[in-house]
Amino acid sequence: MVESEVPAVSFTNVHRHFGMVRAVDGVSFDIVDGEFFSILGPSGSGKTTCLRLIAGFDQPTAGRIMIHGQTTRGVPPYERDVNTVFQDYALFPHMTVMDNVAYGLMVKKVAKADQRRRALEMLEMVKLADMGGRKPAQLSGGQRQRVALARALINRPRVLLLDEPLGALDLKLRQQMQIELKALQRQVGITFIYVTHDQEEALIMSDRIAVFNVGRIEQIGTPGEIYERPATAFVAGFVGVSNLLTGEIAARITGSNTAFSVRPEKIRLAEPGNPAPEGSCTAEGEIHNVVYLGAASRYVVALDGGGELIVIEQNLNKSAAQVAASLGQRVRLAWDRRHNQPLADGEPGP
Amino acid sequence: MTVPDVIVAASPVPPRRPSPAQRVSTALYRRPQLLLLLLLALPLLWLGVVYLGSLSALLVQSFFYLDGFTGLVVRSFTLRTYGDLFTQANLDIITRTTVMAGTVTVSAAILGFPIAYYMARYASGRTKALLYLAVMLPLWSSYLVRVYSWKLILAKEGIFSWFLDQLHLTWLLDAVLATPVIGGTSLSVSYIGTYLVFVYIWLPYMILPIEAAIERVPASMIEASADLGARPGQTFRKVILPLVFPGVVAGSIFTFSLTLGDYIIPRIIGSSRMFIGQAVFAHQGTAGNIPLAAALSVVPILIMVVYLTIAKRLRAFDAF
Repeated sequence: MVESEVPAVSFTNVHRHFGMVRAVDGVSFDIVDGEFFSILGPSGSGKTTCLRLIAGFDQPTAGRIMIHGQTTRGVPPYERDVNTVFQDYALFPHMTVMDNVAYGLMVKKVAKADQRRRALEMLEMVKLADMGGRKPAQLSGGQRQRVALARALINRPRVLLLDEPLGALDLKLRQQMQIELKALQRQVGITFIYVTHDQEEALIMSDRIAVFNVGRIEQIGTPGEIYERPATAFVAGFVGVSNLLTGEIAARITGSNTAFSVRPEKIRLAEPGNPAPEGSCTAEGEIHNVVYLGAASRYVVALDGGGELIVIEQNLNKSAAQVAASLGQRVRLAWDRRHNQPLADGEPGP
Repeated sequence: MTVPDVIVAASPVPPRRPSPAQRVSTALYRRPQLLLLLLLALPLLWLGVVYLGSLSALLVQSFFYLDGFTGLVVRSFTLRTYGDLFTQANLDIITRTTVMAGTVTVSAAILGFPIAYYMARYASGRTKALLYLAVMLPLWSSYLVRVYSWKLILAKEGIFSWFLDQLHLTWLLDAVLATPVIGGTSLSVSYIGTYLVFVYIWLPYMILPIEAAIERVPASMIEASADLGARPGQTFRKVILPLVFPGVVAGSIFTFSLTLGDYIIPRIIGSSRMFIGQAVFAHQGTAGNIPLAAALSVVPILIMVVYLTIAKRLRAFDAF
């Protein structure tokens, strides 16, 4: 990352209002050329609207959007050097897979032979070289997804926009495509802007993530920063599972009533009265709920004096029966003070 | 959680006897074929006896012939009546009707497409409801009244010529009416008038299927086309038109076949030269030549078969 480099996409105080609804409400960020940038948020958070503003399907109410240092004001989608993979793939049903992929070249009047050659290259890249003659309706969901990807990449855009492209696939295929997409991004070396509501997907693939909530950015950072150091209660709650401690309960544990979050996997379970290591936060309570998850177990501990903490523990030396038997037991919880993440606000996320 | 060793049965409430309605539903649920038969019996009877029956009666009639001396229909198989179709007068009627149906269809498609496009892509809420109403409203009033009101509009002293007179454009109307074949002394007695009224009367049948077809094209597909670099004109030709084409064909089947069979519009508005429908009407009426009327009615059916075959060749039915 070179400081002076022109950002691939740059938002400066961008607004997009639909009547009274502020879908995008004063958003500013820079996306570095060549990075895998995810826009993460719940539905209605304005993430897809942002993507549509970059693609040119929609115009901002106010603010400035630059693509590679050039203004986008009044530039129609067909003159922008970005391409989109749509959520529903939007493949043309009346064309073959080959014609779909070659579409971007066909409308630019590239010679027929070159169209075929490059479309075939793209189909080889997504491992569908022998499917060129089929219609989209004859493909599986995963194959359609790859065709959409090949079609969007054939114009060699500098920025590729992906709108929840894996949303319609089943879990196994989605996990496989996550890895393939990331590998593809490294291979072609262009900027990917990836919209998703799936925090795990964002953590797996992204170089950086912007977490959106009601039209605003809550936090931008690397997956590690977002997960380990959530800036707001919303981020702490939306990305992974978090324990949120506020007011009186926070004061009882840390001595200060500043709200903070702590991740369930950071907390250790022990016998009551067991001494905790230096620099630990501690609390005692009773296990109210246990869920055996296979590799780990999730405990809900009701704290003495009010409040609950979720604890996730690897099943290192506990059997399923032992986990089940721990229901109702009294425990002492301890975790390293450094895992406490103070929050800018006290509003819990979803 | 413990599972009781013995499950105590004998609930205090005795099982209720199923009501007759319940028993009928269950019986039908178990025999889906019977249900299907019951559902289809009446429409099949209607289609089979009333519809196909009258159609075959028509076909049979067309193979009889009218004895010129006795004026009686001879009920024996012959192709003489079909031979009569190839007289110059009848060929003229067939050509005239087909050309009119084709022209009306193309015009209705050109007029209807933008309206349908606006309805499907731009209008929403109240505007859309109003547009639907505007398109459908004429269908709620009498066809005859509407055709006669057009006669008043197009007549020599009618509203239209008065309007052109106000604009000092009477010379233009006169020039148009001076055109051979399609012209005449006034619009209401010319082919142009017939054509205008045909387009007016059948336009809703073109707009509605096209509108439905455009509505079925997802917005993302149009965006995807623009995203890949297609200018709006290219998107229209390469994506929208091919996907909407089945709707246009559906609309054209209506306008084409309705024009082929109509005998009222050309009788009220137009020259004295006949269309197929009028010829059928004339032959089965005063002339009493039922076989020739039947043979003439077979002509539109054959033209439609040719038309649908061409549409199928153009792959109009397999876009989806």
